[in-house]
Amino acid sequence: MDSAKWLDIGPVDQLPSLGARTLPVQGGKEIAIFHTANGEVYALINECPHKQGPLSEGIVHDTTVTCPLHSWRISLIDGHALGDDEGCVPVIPVKIDNGRIFIGRAEALQGQG
Amino acid sequence: MSQKPHLVVIGNGMAGCRAVEEVLARDANKFRVTIFGAEPRVNYNRIMLSPVLAGEKTFDDIVINDAAWYADNGIELVSGDPVVSIDRAGRTVTAKSGLSVGYDKLLIATGSDPFIIPVPGKDLPGVVTFRDLDDVDKMLDAAKGGGAAVVIGGGLLGLEAAHGLSLQGMKVTVIHLMPTLMERQLDEAAGWLLKTELERRGQTILTEADTAEIFGNNKVEGVRLKDETEIPASIVVMAVGIRPATALAREAGLEVNRGIVVDDHMITSDPDVLSVGECVEHGGMVYGLVAPLWEMCRSLADGLVGAENPYGGSVTSTKLKVSGIDVFSAGDFAGGEGCEDIVMRDATRGVYKRVIVKADKVIGAVLYGDTADGSWYFDLLKKGEDISDIRDALIFGQAFASGGGASANPTDAVAALSADAEICGCNGVSKGKVVACIEGGAHDLDAVRSTCKASASCGQCTGLVESLLALTLGDEFSGQRQNKPMCKCTSFTHEEVREHIRDMELKSIPQVMQEMSWSTPDGCSSCRPALNYYLLCQWPAEHKEDPQSRFVNERMHANIQKDGTYSVVPRMWGGVTTPNELRAIADAADKYGARMVKVTGGQRLDLFGIRKQDLPAIWADLNAAGMVSGHAYGKALRTVKTCVGSEWCRFGTQDSTGLGIKLEKMTWGSWMPHKFKIAVSGCPRNCAEATIKDFGVICVDSGYELHIGGNGGIHLRGTDLLCKVTSEAEAMEYCAAFIQLYREEARYLDRTAPWVERVGLDYVKSRVVEDGEGRKELARRFYHAQEFLQKDPWAERAAGAEAHIHQHIAEIRPFAVMGTK
Repeated sequence: MDSAKWLDIGPVDQLPSLGARTLPVQGGKEIAIFHTANGEVYALINECPHKQGPLSEGIVHDTTVTCPLHSWRISLIDGHALGDDEGCVPVIPVKIDNGRIFIGRAEALQGQG
Repeated sequence: MSQKPHLVVIGNGMAGCRAVEEVLARDANKFRVTIFGAEPRVNYNRIMLSPVLAGEKTFDDIVINDAAWYADNGIELVSGDPVVSIDRAGRTVTAKSGLSVGYDKLLIATGSDPFIIPVPGKDLPGVVTFRDLDDVDKMLDAAKGGGAAVVIGGGLLGLEAAHGLSLQGMKVTVIHLMPTLMERQLDEAAGWLLKTELERRGQTILTEADTAEIFGNNKVEGVRLKDETEIPASIVVMAVGIRPATALAREAGLEVNRGIVVDDHMITSDPDVLSVGECVEHGGMVYGLVAPLWEMCRSLADGLVGAENPYGGSVTSTKLKVSGIDVFSAGDFAGGEGCEDIVMRDATRGVYKRVIVKADKVIGAVLYGDTADGSWYFDLLKKGEDISDIRDALIFGQAFASGGGASANPTDAVAALSADAEICGCNGVSKGKVVACIEGGAHDLDAVRSTCKASASCGQCTGLVESLLALTLGDEFSGQRQNKPMCKCTSFTHEEVREHIRDMELKSIPQVMQEMSWSTPDGCSSCRPALNYYLLCQWPAEHKEDPQSRFVNERMHANIQKDGTYSVVPRMWGGVTTPNELRAIADAADKYGARMVKVTGGQRLDLFGIRKQDLPAIWADLNAAGMVSGHAYGKALRTVKTCVGSEWCRFGTQDSTGLGIKLEKMTWGSWMPHKFKIAVSGCPRNCAEATIKDFGVICVDSGYELHIGGNGGIHLRGTDLLCKVTSEAEAMEYCAAFIQLYREEARYLDRTAPWVERVGLDYVKSRVVEDGEGRKELARRFYHAQEFLQKDPWAERAAGAEAHIHQHIAEIRPFAVMGTK
């Protein structure tokens, strides 16, 4: 594993199915790690583009999360708001290797002071 | 000794031997071949180990190349002697026995190793993997004694092992970490169907089950899960997955990522060393299926004889029989933006089909129960064919969609059906009957459903009925239904879904979605919470909560605020508190840094700005002072507001505070279609504002006026007077009955006000006031449900339940990663 590029953040079995966990970044923006029904894992900055709601607490369905504050639907794949809403939240690359979650180091640390 | 270059193959499995076959087929005289195998036997078909375990085949049946093949082709087979090292500088390999052989070309085909989860007891005798014939022999041995077996892993391999062991007479339990079986090949809906069918056949399937340890004295005696469940077993099969066997290649200094890195002709970082099969990584992909292996072997052999035939990676599909059940999956079935799901469910036949379409191309398919069209979908997928012309008929399969231009349009296809053709299988309704029913005046779907019953059961034929309406009525067909479907995932209304849940005894969300032909794989944020509520209301004793189908506040048992912190409201029965409770609340506010303490409109205190990590601790502190959750966050009983009543007030006629406390003790914890507020005023001055509550009591000298359906929200609505009663006991029984009627019949997210307006005050009176027996029954059902619902959710969390909800998975600090918590 190329540790310069990827950060190991823990085993995938710590993610509830159809749920999410949070990953604070000191000096940066919190990341939300999502788990879909099919076992896919995605990561977004944990802020809805609308009013910065914590997407990690939304309902995950298919590859979408519905924001808990005002029910905007955000694509887990590219971070775009779906339907009539407009906005986009940054996506963090994720990969699963041997049951562990790795996220892109550079993207995770972006925006850190 | 021959002058031919020496090709040495490490691995006598399917990949190694197939590669040799391909080379021989191109030039039988090019190489002298030596094959090393770790197992003491000839080359056999590993995929067929399952039928051997099931007793359907013998080892001889699954041999691919017998001893004569090696002899006829001049291949030297060194079996039962695994290679332990490769010396690339000296171009030799050395086996365990010490045998050392020189090579000109080396082929590594070591395949993969079973993944062993590192739990205590993993090395006990009786713990086996499912990889080779020795494993099968051990399982067959264990099965002779009967008894119980545990299979860890609900993937394909695990389920095949479980199937074989149960055919051999063992009582089998499958332990699977994920929520659904075979989650890599099947989506949630198909995984659920498979689980149900396997359970029907006598296997025990535990999903979301995490193994803590395998226990036993000197041999396996059982498995203990992290939730302390113990499952006795005389054999444990570990089938959680495989990983490429790359140790040899890594030690030899070859480039290895997840697998041994190869180019398009399967050449590793050393030009004289090749590799093929499950141990390689090509273009970032590692394959665990057979089809890519054949393609790899062809490219490898062409490359070795100097022909150009680059391997371009494989698109894989899985078509399997699991315990005699047909399943198929191919391509990408995760869905996502721009993807459309076409879903067909036929509950009667046990069939589920889902085709995923993106930009007019098939990109994935999942089939359960009927896989006849699997290869057709896979073909469309691989060729990337534009399916826009046949899109509407695609899900019905090749015979229908390709049956000529006309039938690809559903309306035309329906027009072409004979009058005898069956439209609705559930209710046996023919096309002729549906058309007659439409011509007889049923001009929308609801009318058709209520008159001839077509599409009134599983709903699968809704599209056909709508086509018939359009065809028969032409422009007159509005397409609009009187009652709107629950959400875009279904054609059924809330009421129809609840009827089905009751009449068909549906007990889980995936089951509702399957039986009622949901058009999406896992619903949406609108229908999932509704279904969760309908199920818990219908089956209070059996319902298993699905936290992921709860809105955040009900999942966290606290109210999320705009900054992502939470507010916490402990219950204050009837709005009455004590100095001790107030001290505990003040201490908690200090300790957890509440930035505001606010008196709510419902006569209690709200602590704002609590972090989600601190919730279990603040709850523990409040519990310790005798307080429980106020459910200020729930579609549930909120507060019972009271005035001081006859105990203090000079106008008070009855003990309104006391009655309020009794009502709150009776109703707290109850989940409802929406939030529910109660108030009790001690006299008609109505200081507790009981006439804008869902259930309000106004005490008068002669008894209690009961009011319903008030609302102080966006649309202010005063209550309707339900009736007057003379005793507290009656007031409480009427309250319980009214709540239960609302719980059972209102749509999810209906407050009582719009619900009462829709069904009418007279209807509510007829059920709660005029029908005394019915009222007692309603109240009885409410009390029954409360036996299961009156548990303080804070206490469960404070004791450690669902701890992960409140914790970060990890933390990133600059230049360092902290471990998981």
